[in-house]
Amino acid sequence: MSNINQSGWRPTTPQAGEASGGTFTGNRALMLEEPLIFEIGSTETTGVDFGEAPSGKSRLGGLERSRTIGLPGLSEPEAVRHYTRLSRQNYAIDLGLFPLGSCTMKHNPRLNERMARLPGFADLHPLTPVDACQGAFEVIHQLAHWLVTLTGMHSVAMSPKAGAHGELCGVLAIRAALDAKGQQARKVLLVPESAHGTNPATAAFAGFSVEDIPATEAGRVNLEALKARLGPDVAGVMITNPNTCGLFEPDMREISEAVHAAGGFVYCDGANFNAIVGRVRPGDLGIDAMHINLHKTFSTPHGGGGPGSGPVVFSEALTPYAPLPFVEKQGEQFVLVEEETAGEHHASSFGRMVAFHGQMGMFTRALTYILSHGADGLRQVAEDSVLNANYILRSMEDVLDAPFAKSGPCMHEAIFSDKGLPEGFSTIDVAKGLIDEGFHPMTVYFPLVVHGAMLVEPTETESKATLDQFIGAFRSVAARARNGDPTVKTAPHHAPRRRLDETLAARKPVLVWKAPVRAEAAE
Amino acid sequence: MRYLPLTQSDRQAMLATIGAKSVDDLFVDVPAAAQLDGPIHGLPLHASELAVERHMSALAKKNLAAGDVPFFLGAGAYRHHVPASVDHIIQRGEFLTAYTPYQPEIAQGTLQVMFEFQTQVARLLGCDVANASMYDGSTACWEAIVMARRVTKRGKAILSGGLHPHYVSVANTMAKFTGDQLVTSLPTFSPEPDTLDLINQIDDDTSCVVVQYPDILGRIEDMSALAEACRAKKALLIAVVTEPVALGAIKSPGEMGADIVVGEGQSIGVGLQFGGPYVGLFACSDKLVRQMPGRLCGETVDAEGKRGFVLTLSTREQHIRREKATSNICTSSVLCALAMSAHMTLLGEAGLRRLAEINHVAASAAADRLAEVDGVELVTDRFFNEFTLKLSKEARPVVRALADKGILAGVSLGRLYPGAAELQNGLIVAVTETTTEEDVETLASALEEALA
Repeated sequence: MSNINQSGWRPTTPQAGEASGGTFTGNRALMLEEPLIFEIGSTETTGVDFGEAPSGKSRLGGLERSRTIGLPGLSEPEAVRHYTRLSRQNYAIDLGLFPLGSCTMKHNPRLNERMARLPGFADLHPLTPVDACQGAFEVIHQLAHWLVTLTGMHSVAMSPKAGAHGELCGVLAIRAALDAKGQQARKVLLVPESAHGTNPATAAFAGFSVEDIPATEAGRVNLEALKARLGPDVAGVMITNPNTCGLFEPDMREISEAVHAAGGFVYCDGANFNAIVGRVRPGDLGIDAMHINLHKTFSTPHGGGGPGSGPVVFSEALTPYAPLPFVEKQGEQFVLVEEETAGEHHASSFGRMVAFHGQMGMFTRALTYILSHGADGLRQVAEDSVLNANYILRSMEDVLDAPFAKSGPCMHEAIFSDKGLPEGFSTIDVAKGLIDEGFHPMTVYFPLVVHGAMLVEPTETESKATLDQFIGAFRSVAARARNGDPTVKTAPHHAPRRRLDETLAARKPVLVWKAPVRAEAAE
Repeated sequence: MRYLPLTQSDRQAMLATIGAKSVDDLFVDVPAAAQLDGPIHGLPLHASELAVERHMSALAKKNLAAGDVPFFLGAGAYRHHVPASVDHIIQRGEFLTAYTPYQPEIAQGTLQVMFEFQTQVARLLGCDVANASMYDGSTACWEAIVMARRVTKRGKAILSGGLHPHYVSVANTMAKFTGDQLVTSLPTFSPEPDTLDLINQIDDDTSCVVVQYPDILGRIEDMSALAEACRAKKALLIAVVTEPVALGAIKSPGEMGADIVVGEGQSIGVGLQFGGPYVGLFACSDKLVRQMPGRLCGETVDAEGKRGFVLTLSTREQHIRREKATSNICTSSVLCALAMSAHMTLLGEAGLRRLAEINHVAASAAADRLAEVDGVELVTDRFFNEFTLKLSKEARPVVRALADKGILAGVSLGRLYPGAAELQNGLIVAVTETTTEEDVETLASALEEALA
């Protein structure tokens, strides 16, 4: 097969007509349709030049690939254009406010990118002899020091690859600690109903059974109900604080004390650490383990869905069980504590979670960000993020139901419900309406404890002018939905695509491209 | 502070709207005893771009970058030339600073990239479908073992001695908690992998056999017979690929009958980065797709009938299924997947094959040259771009001594298997298109001196 696109088929572009603005190409000025690489590339094209191969004999021993792989190539100009065109179909924090609640979409400083690309970091092999990569270990050590100090905890495991992986790290340390005490019978982790889905999934993956903790009317953990459930079968709790309703758990210390008294451990989901960084240390709240999403609080880019990075800070009680590997400073030398060196000092470690040492590229970015802000700047981050969220809460509560607004201020995110929207209108319509206004929508239908939840997290990197424009747009769309404006039901009207059929995608999954059957053959 | 747009007067105006006197009023739910009264003592205050750049550059300079010296390290992370346009593409703000594509109407860029990536990976690994990526190869490998347990409802996994020791270590860690039974072994200085041993161990309790291809010592072997043996016992064959460039030259695991193929995509487009972020690959047959972990992107149409892409089959995932999900994984490694996908697009099939050929021939020539050195024995006779040498003395001190001279000679088996006395003389050497003949000569002379 010389060409991927043997059929000569071209992708479905809109037919010339009203919907496409009547253009021949289906493009609308700067909004450009872009085919798949399989439709425009060829297996014979390459955008890379190579030097001559040295001479040498083949040692593939009969395993030579004989069949075509089917990988299309593009020349460099075509490739750059392909991806540039695709990029323009994305919304991004660089383009505007991205108020996804619990996702902390803040500005990603470009100094972070530059530092991560220094050859001493980017072009460094993970198994470089330790004397030849002391600077990399020093980065890890410095970042670890900041994370431990900012959280008031005892130690930190740097290797988890993302938030959910950090959760896993935390609950495995809890399991290991309980097992070491002969408390294998403690198998239940209590998780609030408002928790992110990863919490119960992680607990289950680690072999725990999960039970809900009920919430109070005010959107907080029901302390009395929690206390009543504690017992010899309970391993601990997984609590998000500030919680997913955007509220601080005022009883956090009492919760921790009760759990500890009953022999359990306290895991805190640190997804919302941005609200309290520099103002509150989780260590002062009795927490035993908490993951930190470097891609949230510490500004490393989300990249369209990863890579994340989820270091986990530990209390003294859980520290002996933290995973390998980790970096230790011995005198002036940084050493890597791995399986072979764990020895007697770290014999209780529950083991290795990943190959190599974790998300180094994220560590350099996060450390760059932290050094830029410093202790004073990070405190201001928390304050501005909370201020911005409360500004949105108070600017919207007369047009959207804000279920917890009466009980006081929110933290870094404001939550609204779909109560008051007319029959047939829902949260999704408000969200899609915001797309037409040029904003990414907020988090929708999460947390589950609020009906038709809309969770808005502006972060500290938005100006008042941006917030005012967003509030104007949000109020306008909410008002149109309340008034039953049918055009809200069909939004977005101006995005690269109208609403997409997700049911069809799940019912008949098309997960890879296949060359279409020739039209004439099909007839 | 340069990342904070609010001015003092903005803050005052906003507090007035909120009806609060000061920002402290917004933290009323935090118990007073848990509130800090100012910036944490002992930590530095904010710094200029210039100052931070100086600090970080000084740290970077303390490291021996691969590009600055003769470099032969592999063992799960490979140095290849990445075209300049790949880094440009992943730094487009619309890719770099987007979130997971939960609102597909304004995320078609990321979604189409995921769809193209899934197709490229499935084809490269020789499978029907691939997901939108995992954290890395080691976690993908463990997830494959768990998936095999779900599919076969059996709890015993047999891991080849040729599987990367970190991957084995990750699986061992996880299995302690999940109760999965793992059968593991060490590699031996044999030109052949342990395929026959693996076949003999498969029984009716076996959920899967896990082999690496090329394996940790660089060896390659046809896995068709192993696949057949697995099928006979209704166990799954999981193949792990840590150097996907190899698949430009040798048969894919899928072609030879592997049921699940996972791997590390780092070597195409991502770079070394001291171990992360990398990009885990995960592919399988159509019939297993609903048991697959991780994000999937699928094709659909919009309200006007235009083709578009969405995240799909999310009923497997944690945000819907909570404790019943196939995995707790909540993210993938999309930006690294983009880098890999863009690099594959630039290479195309012709380019990938050429790149693979150059790697293989260069490695083969280097192996011949190094085997001429007194005290060096070439262990592997069939390999792609990485091979194992047995030295006349312990390899780890040799590697350290050569690093002091500015030569990164390879990965000693002592580093990977510190407890295994019989492996201490082993040295894994990787050779890619970035390695020059001069580099090989430098290494050969240095080894000669070190082993004399």
